[in-house]
Amino acid sequence: MAHPSQLGFQDAASPVMEELIHFHDHTLMIVFLISALVLYVITAMVSTKLTNKYILDSQEIEIVWTILPAIILIMIALPSLRILYLMDEINDPHLTIKAMGHQWYWSYEYTDYEDLGFDSYMIQTQDLTPGQFRLLETDHRMVVPMESPVRVLVSAEDVLHSWAVPALGVKMDAVPGRLNQTAFIISRPGIYYGQCSEICGANHSFMPIVVEAVPLEHFEAWSSSMLEEA
Amino acid sequence: MMAEDIQAKLKNYKTAPFDARFPNQNQTRNCFQNYLGMNIMWLLPVSTSWQRSPDYSKPDFHRCTKVLTAKGADTTPCEWFRRVYKSLCPISWINKWNDQLEEGTFPGKI
Repeated sequence: MAHPSQLGFQDAASPVMEELIHFHDHTLMIVFLISALVLYVITAMVSTKLTNKYILDSQEIEIVWTILPAIILIMIALPSLRILYLMDEINDPHLTIKAMGHQWYWSYEYTDYEDLGFDSYMIQTQDLTPGQFRLLETDHRMVVPMESPVRVLVSAEDVLHSWAVPALGVKMDAVPGRLNQTAFIISRPGIYYGQCSEICGANHSFMPIVVEAVPLEHFEAWSSSMLEEA
Repeated sequence: MMAEDIQAKLKNYKTAPFDARFPNQNQTRNCFQNYLGMNIMWLLPVSTSWQRSPDYSKPDFHRCTKVLTAKGADTTPCEWFRRVYKSLCPISWINKWNDQLEEGTFPGKI
């Protein structure tokens, strides 16, 4: 999860996020190299006493500094397109969950078998127990079986919201009257946090998302107990 | 034969499968069609393989029930569409449409 003074992404909990992190590392390295080169050239230009007033053009260097950037752009574009298509692959989900955005909480519906639905409100700061995370914890978590392809259909009941979980590499806008589909596979058990990502009124910052990934048997036990509670 | 296929599919039902008619992000129509829609494809011959996987030969749930009940036939195929729309459609949408159906104000054509 996020921590203070964090510089990079949260650790990936899904294969797509792993790919996104690798791509980001690759692209950022290219950006750093170009910036270092430019910085070097600028300092060299600025700190020399030599002058040259007689060079008008040079075909060779023009060719080099056209071809080389083109190659660099291709080196960025190819992995980028690869991930784009990877994210769009047809998957066969084992489970469908609906995440509905409200002002100001999320509700989750698991209706593949029975009608299970519940609301997920943020735990207020004064009600936190020691060890819990401020502005991130909720009373009910979206529990999901790990290593299973899951489809999440995101929508909203009032205004625009957005359902995001950075560790899974997922963000999907919640639009009233529209059902937006996203999917993921969670590689390891754990608790993953996210926050509403579309301004939706006074408590936009206080409607977090918590996804809990557990083994399948635990998921089945959890859903049975949730159904009994209702 | 068809009924047995559907029974088998229903027995192994996990969640709404991928539907090639709705391959993209916006699944609104997928939910609506399964709740109601007369699938226009069912009038066309089933020629391509991607058309063969979902039940293009059957109309969707409410029309399905109406048509099959009128014929005095078994409405089991409709169960497939019921499972799919229950998986896909938000509960509030289903309740709203059910109320509209009862009042006679449902906007779709059944």
